[in-house]
Amino acid sequence: MTATRPAGLRPRWLLAGVAAVLVAAFAGLAFGPVRLNPLAVGAQLFDLVPGVSVHSGLSEREAAIVTELRLPRVCLGLLVGAMLALAGGTYQGVFTNPLADPYLLGVAAGAGLGATVAFVLTHSFTATSAVPVAAFVGALGAVGLTYGLGGRYRTPATLVLAGVAVGSFLTAGQSFLQQRYVDTIREVYSWILGRLSTAGWHDVLLLLPYVVVAGTVIVAHGRALDVLSVGDEEARSLGAHPVRTRYLLIVAASLGTAAAVSVSGLIGFVGIIVPHTVRLLAGASYRVILPLSMLFGGAFLTLADLAGRTLLTPNEIPIGVVTAFFGAPFFILVLRTSRRLR
Amino acid sequence: MSAVTLSGLSVTIDGHEILRPTDLTVESGEWVTVIGPNGAGKSTLLRAVGGLVRYAGAMTLFGRPAAGLKRRDRARLLATVPQTPAVPPGMAVLDYVLLGRTPYIPPLGRESPADLAAVEAVLARLDLAGFAGRRLESLSGGERQRVFLARALAQGATLLLLDEPTTALDIGHQQDVLELVDQLRRDRGLTVLSTMHDLSIAGEYADRMVLLAQGRVVATGPPRAVLTEALLGEHYRARVRVLDGAQGPLVVPIRPS
Repeated sequence: MTATRPAGLRPRWLLAGVAAVLVAAFAGLAFGPVRLNPLAVGAQLFDLVPGVSVHSGLSEREAAIVTELRLPRVCLGLLVGAMLALAGGTYQGVFTNPLADPYLLGVAAGAGLGATVAFVLTHSFTATSAVPVAAFVGALGAVGLTYGLGGRYRTPATLVLAGVAVGSFLTAGQSFLQQRYVDTIREVYSWILGRLSTAGWHDVLLLLPYVVVAGTVIVAHGRALDVLSVGDEEARSLGAHPVRTRYLLIVAASLGTAAAVSVSGLIGFVGIIVPHTVRLLAGASYRVILPLSMLFGGAFLTLADLAGRTLLTPNEIPIGVVTAFFGAPFFILVLRTSRRLR
Repeated sequence: MSAVTLSGLSVTIDGHEILRPTDLTVESGEWVTVIGPNGAGKSTLLRAVGGLVRYAGAMTLFGRPAAGLKRRDRARLLATVPQTPAVPPGMAVLDYVLLGRTPYIPPLGRESPADLAAVEAVLARLDLAGFAGRRLESLSGGERQRVFLARALAQGATLLLLDEPTTALDIGHQQDVLELVDQLRRDRGLTVLSTMHDLSIAGEYADRMVLLAQGRVVATGPPRAVLTEALLGEHYRARVRVLDGAQGPLVVPIRPS
């Protein structure tokens, strides 16, 4: 007989998630186009701990590769992956729709248009500091527009349809701009495919507060999302406030997603595949899905980035391509085996 | 004390008056069943009492004006089993029944041991203890109906609103569920307000019946007063024979010749 404990995050799953993050982070630091001794990298990391002084044996240049290039990139991968996977799980919960992803309400189209506008206006391929800001504003503007048009008190379906309309409209705007300013196509295209390659501490610090706030708010609502799974009317008869909960969670997830895409571009698939894999393996309660999606999402994206920058050295494969290329078959595998387990 | 009093309660949806101004009192401990043809407003009446649809007029629940009740407080007074409750994919019976404790759990809190104990008691009472770890989707119709009832009982409310509680069930399971509701009503002093389509079975369990037609109450009283050939013929436009049964009138449809 199955254990009859209420759904919740089991310690062994939490442990597995933390272990995945640590393994992915260490792999991301130890491996790359420049070959370094993994043990020396480990020693170098210990050296970063305040009060600890270890001589790693790495040269000054090699140490800089670890701490100045790889470390911020790994941190950014963890944050972006955690945020996208969390937002995907959240959207699937508030819309009780397994196909929902973080881009459902127009975040991607808005960010894409914002970034394109920035590329067109700055006309400079190096001074792209305006791009994250423009993408962020575009993403939030799109979600705001969707919410304004879809109506706060209507059904979730209205909201999704409004998101489709807003998304198409903004994408059309972006295509129009690209056609008018053909010289930006390459930049825009590379941005859309997603990248962590320009990662610096600046991006990490920019994103961190959003992930912390959105993560705290959303994970605290795990049970509330479980209540929403019986539909709005039943949730109300149980004393819950589905409209208010949905509104709050959409705001939190959209803010976090907008911040993530503004620094990383449009990395697809993480928001769908990670929450579903967690759901299939660890349980259907959002008290399990939300925190584990953050951990495994961060680990997954960090490993995807590692694959993207090492498989075709010295070239990089765009991370959006890697997530789909490796993520899709893995997801199918989980889908098939877990069905067999039932 | 009256569990429910409605005075001049009406419901208008998209400009259509689904429920005309209605007066109704349900006494504490009573089982009142609302009958009527499709579209008469039975479910709407239940949803109005459940606070799930806007209404005009006045309502009290256990002596308190319903208009001033917060959603959580209302959920502690009355529990609803809708006609076709949602079945969340992958959810275990225990977790589903625990949802019934929502009005007692702080919005961002988690279940206390007391909540868990309440749910375990309900599961044991409904012979569902062995099902706690099963997924809701994997249960049969009759088992599911008991689980839906268990969630409503876990709310600790004394008024049960049952919208067509037996629709999906065969006659054996219909009797099982209604017998169970009746026992619970006696054990726990519950009040039941239900809607039903099967008139004979409805009449056997209800203390009082309310016949709705086109949004207004056309008859109310004990089953023998409401389940008459004349009333059913007029409002259901059905040819029926009403026979005298031991527990109440038995309504038999007769094919028009």
